[in-house]
Amino acid sequence: MIKRVLLFASAKETLGQDSVDLELAADATVADLRKQLVNDYPVLNDLVARSHIAVDQQFALDDMSLTDAREVALIPPVSGG
Amino acid sequence: MISITDKPIDSTAVLASVSDPDCGANVLFVGTTRRMTGQRETTRLEYECYEAMAVSKMESLVALAHEQWPIAKVSIVHRVGVVEIETASIAVAVSSPHRSASFEAASWLLERLKQEVPVWKREIWADGQEEWVHPETGGLPELPERDPSEASP
Repeated sequence: MIKRVLLFASAKETLGQDSVDLELAADATVADLRKQLVNDYPVLNDLVARSHIAVDQQFALDDMSLTDAREVALIPPVSGG
Repeated sequence: MISITDKPIDSTAVLASVSDPDCGANVLFVGTTRRMTGQRETTRLEYECYEAMAVSKMESLVALAHEQWPIAKVSIVHRVGVVEIETASIAVAVSSPHRSASFEAASWLLERLKQEVPVWKREIWADGQEEWVHPETGGLPELPERDPSEASP
């Protein structure tokens, strides 16, 4: 399956685009998505390790399945306020 | 009122939005762009957010605040885009019958918002450097608690 990952802040700036499409197995989890993201975009390695993944606008644990995920995002450490 | 805006924040309106006839305490926090961080000078900040999630996380935090304190109304407005020195990037207002609840809830909301609401700032320094701020402290931010709708009492 193809999953689009929304990018923000330095991830968006580093790649010069606000999302990436990843090819994942049909039963892929959040952990699999992390691996594929770093594999396809090694420049994001350090940031991905420090980031959360959000699935349908909720922070997701690494063992969560992405099969039914509608919206996936990479959430680097936040700095609002 | 919970919102993200690219316009200047009207803090008077944010405060007025929590007014309540049964409340004697109205707390307003306004966060502004600070010029000096140690010896280093900031020119301006630029904020961006993941709007749908930011609004939903702020709504969850407000629901959690209502569970913890006897507060009446809460408003949070966060600005995105360029925020110049001395200009507001965030306003949080809380009302309650008595002051301790709104002081504590406002402070707690700010702390949690800074840890888990998906908003990011880009620091533009006077020395010409620019950088996205992704705090290192503590490594990964803690995974937030589940939504109040799912949480046990």
